[in-house]
Amino acid sequence: MNATATPAGSAANVPLADGAIGTVPGTFSQAMILSRYQFRDYLRSRRFILMISIVIAVGAILTTVVAYFRPSGLIDNADDFYGGLWAGGAAFVILFAGIIFGGDAIAGEFQNKTGYFLMGLPIKRTTVYAGKYLAALLASVVSLVLFLLIVMGNALFYLGSGAFSAAGPLIASFAIALLYLLALLGFVFLFSSLFKTSLYAVLVVAVLFLFGFSIIQTVVIDLAHTEPWFLLSYVNAIIAYPLTGVPEHIVHTTNPFTRAAITTYNPTYLEGIGVMVGYWVLTAVGGLFLFQREEFT
Amino acid sequence: MRPSIEAVGLTKRFGAFTALDHLNLKVEGAKCMGFLGPNGAGKTTTLKMFTNLIFPSEGEAFINGISVRDDRKRALEVCGDLIETPEIYPSLTPREALEMSGALRGMRAGEIAARTATVLEEVKMSEWVDQKIGRFSKGMKQRVNIAAALLSDPEVVILDEPSTGLDPRGMAEVRSIVRELKKGRRLIFMSSHILSEVVDVCDEVALLDRGKLLFADTLANVSQRLGGDVRAVEAEFAFPLDEGILSGQIGSLPEVASWSRSDPQRITLQVKGGPVEQARLLEQLASMRLGLLSFRESRSALEEVYLREISVGDA
Repeated sequence: MNATATPAGSAANVPLADGAIGTVPGTFSQAMILSRYQFRDYLRSRRFILMISIVIAVGAILTTVVAYFRPSGLIDNADDFYGGLWAGGAAFVILFAGIIFGGDAIAGEFQNKTGYFLMGLPIKRTTVYAGKYLAALLASVVSLVLFLLIVMGNALFYLGSGAFSAAGPLIASFAIALLYLLALLGFVFLFSSLFKTSLYAVLVVAVLFLFGFSIIQTVVIDLAHTEPWFLLSYVNAIIAYPLTGVPEHIVHTTNPFTRAAITTYNPTYLEGIGVMVGYWVLTAVGGLFLFQREEFT
Repeated sequence: MRPSIEAVGLTKRFGAFTALDHLNLKVEGAKCMGFLGPNGAGKTTTLKMFTNLIFPSEGEAFINGISVRDDRKRALEVCGDLIETPEIYPSLTPREALEMSGALRGMRAGEIAARTATVLEEVKMSEWVDQKIGRFSKGMKQRVNIAAALLSDPEVVILDEPSTGLDPRGMAEVRSIVRELKKGRRLIFMSSHILSEVVDVCDEVALLDRGKLLFADTLANVSQRLGGDVRAVEAEFAFPLDEGILSGQIGSLPEVASWSRSDPQRITLQVKGGPVEQARLLEQLASMRLGLLSFRESRSALEEVYLREISVGDA
């Protein structure tokens, strides 16, 4: 379909060699190509430095706390060590990685006008969405792995070769953390598709996860006396389960001062994984639906 | 297959505002079509629908007979475009941005490298090939965007005010690039509000105002619209012309319908007939030994038609 030999001497008219243009790659190949360049952009960006700084700061705080207090329950056992340091910090790192790499992923295409460069190419919006999602995922995984390495470094220092005794549960916990990351990124991308301004997308997700969901969780438990199984911030507790064991699903206690009954909920594996997968699928469908209909006005 | 773009009843509404109103336009073959109109006429809206950046409220846009809305990937496969002034990921270099663009288009790695060097040379960005785009000025970014649009040697080129953000030298270079592109078997569809740019590089022109197509025709016919068989020609002389020579010798020539003087050394002649009559007049003027420096058809025909058609729309 492309014009070939042209007589002009201009560089713009230097023809392509026969077969220089193959068939436009398929959706998956294009998504991989886009994610590669988007990831490269992330790696060189200030946001990546910011994210790495956050991970190092979290790791440093945990390292300092453990070094100072040397809690015996923690530094005696690899499962407990990872359960305390890794599982708690991972959800935090994932939240920040999701916001930093995903918050403006789609909104930024509109706000920064990078979409005008991409959308003029023979590429489907689905592919752009998938490519950017993959890049954000990869950048987030790099951050998560760095955090894991910091925790493992600590574990090696305190437990020596015993640090490897919890390798199996740690891998299982890491896998659940990845699932949580997939779901959270999907959620962030949904909001990024909803707004054409990056700041709104970032703010809404940050406020929801840092405050909104906590308030909803409290209200649902205390007023509705119902388990908040539908909250992503609630089910992320299962990241720790391979290391700490699965707690009782519903725990009834009494306040020693007011004598009021207290009900504590803990998500089950099934709930956690189901809700994460559900979030991932539904937000991907929703985000894509929105992105397909957004116009570059 | 001849390259073509076609708008069929193409309409775009933003709420109650109709930005483009049932545009029917088919451009086919290797040529450059200038898409003219005042601000808010609907030019960019039209081009955005051809590249699927926005979606029609009614009607359809086709590239090489393929609906952009139904199969954007196949429709845009043959198309290089530049809409507004796109931003490229700031951490990437021009080489990487073009690599990405080429790879997404399915170009082979070796050819991407060769074409990248070629098109960056053409837009005078070779020395910046490995610098981060985030540090570039608007004009430099626009040059990279033009290079990206030309990378795959597309047979349909859609350009939305391509000289936006460029300095005068850059604008001249863009015109030169477009002129060179015309030498290939390409269809170039270029919006602009710079009439001289359109006159300089385009073969045909479509005029849009308030979302409606006023006319689409060749530049020659546009001139014809203005003055029928009479065309304006500007002549410049090395010495001031005597009134007697003007009214006596020049004004009495059979090809000259009327004349006016812009300044002592420059006159505008309304010439009856076409190129043959112009050539004969030029020979006669030269033979008078009045120090004739230049003789060219006035480029104001399009401008006059433009202003006339737009003012009719205003009324």
